[in-house]
Amino acid sequence: MIWSWWIALILFAAPGLWALVAIVVDIGNPGQMLGADAGETLVRHFGEWGLRMLLVTLALSSLRRRAGFTQAIRLRRLAGLTAFTYLSLHGLSYLWFLAGFEWLQIREDLVERAYITVGFAAWLILSVLAVTSTRGWQRRLRQRWQTLHALIYLAIPLGILHLLWLTKAGYAEALVYALVYAILMIERLLARRSRQTAS
Amino acid sequence: MRPRLPAAPRWYEISNEQWVLNRREFAKATGLGLLASALPSVSHASLQPDDEVTPEGIVTQYNNFYEFGMDKGDPAENAHKLTTEPWTVEVAGEAAKTGKFSIEDVLKGLTVEERIYRFRCVEAWSMVVPWQGISLRKVLEKFEPNGNAKFVEFTTLKRPTEMVGQRASFSGIDWPYVEGLRMDEAMHPLSIMVTGLFGKPLPKQNGAPWRLMVPWKYGFKSGKSIVRIRFMGKPPRTTWSLLAPNEYGFYANVNPKVAHPRWSQASERRLPSSLLSPNRRPTMPFNGYANEVAGLYSGMDLRRFF
Repeated sequence: MIWSWWIALILFAAPGLWALVAIVVDIGNPGQMLGADAGETLVRHFGEWGLRMLLVTLALSSLRRRAGFTQAIRLRRLAGLTAFTYLSLHGLSYLWFLAGFEWLQIREDLVERAYITVGFAAWLILSVLAVTSTRGWQRRLRQRWQTLHALIYLAIPLGILHLLWLTKAGYAEALVYALVYAILMIERLLARRSRQTAS
Repeated sequence: MRPRLPAAPRWYEISNEQWVLNRREFAKATGLGLLASALPSVSHASLQPDDEVTPEGIVTQYNNFYEFGMDKGDPAENAHKLTTEPWTVEVAGEAAKTGKFSIEDVLKGLTVEERIYRFRCVEAWSMVVPWQGISLRKVLEKFEPNGNAKFVEFTTLKRPTEMVGQRASFSGIDWPYVEGLRMDEAMHPLSIMVTGLFGKPLPKQNGAPWRLMVPWKYGFKSGKSIVRIRFMGKPPRTTWSLLAPNEYGFYANVNPKVAHPRWSQASERRLPSSLLSPNRRPTMPFNGYANEVAGLYSGMDLRRFF
């Protein structure tokens, strides 16, 4: 159904639209929406929404199975690409505002700060998934497409690990994401088992 | 000897009209009057030419005070619930005068000074803050520490009924918050107990009624809302160094050459850091106070004792 796709697009894009408004407002009036440390706020905003959208991507297929929301499957690509967009903006904001495009600094971060290494690895995985998300690639890869796109199950825990490692104190947020991920994975295992017993 | 006329501005004074006005009001309000213009100064430390005082709205609304929540805006939102009167300070350990004191008794007879200090957080952001405070040395000497006192420990209030962050699950922090200094660091003229900010009483989100300020160390060393001072022969077990010993050392001197596992410390964002002017600048050894304090650490390997 075309309507559900448009509604989903608006919902998924909302955090991005907020950021766009905040950036425009803040350029005219520094600190108004992004606070005293604007770059840090953007990095955090895009990182959090990227991770949440990855979980939404997983949740959509569970929704289809459990709630009979058959349209959900059509929204998965949109959700995944939204997540990838936010995570790319997350990385770009880090390069721009936190690292100031100082490549020596960035290399040091990549090599010596495990949470950045892990975050970058997750983004690399997702970029492959984003590129191969088209119908054309689906046809070309056939059954291997499924296997390749199962890598989202790896990218999400890497993202959560990235968040846990960068957190000084206060682990509640990362633990909530981990819990949601665990629930979605258990749902998948149960679904698989019932499929096997049915056949 | 004739007293010198207060001619040239002192190192901690910045020509900021609004701020000078506040200063006078503060002097009047605290009854210091003329005294305020004849405050003792630390004449050899200096602000950098491009050190501008951070706007008051940022200093009072962008805080790490996990007792009131994990987000930077949480303390400003939640700290009003804190009762700061009456305020009792417990003094313990290697000193002649131990016991419980009201903060008024501790502060009686001590002169409030103004200090504009750079403030550097371990998270790689920084501010320039006009504090009002009292020489930590003068506070500590009131309790007459004895020869065994090599370290001093500062404990922050633990009162979960008023401090919402202390009720949170999975904070990872074992309350109360404890920090400490070596005795010679505590006795250094740059170390102060802060009681005011921008010419006003210290806001609760900044650590009312009094907090430590040790400007050459990362911000977490300067505990807020202090209720206990203990003189010790051994280094105190401090909150962050217990939580992550490989990340937070006891000394925590600002040092661009010693990277933190999460943040390179080579540079910092001086707030306000906006999109068009992120205001990134190189971090200075000892936060720019090397001339004053590097001598405290001569002969020490600062990579080992970070």
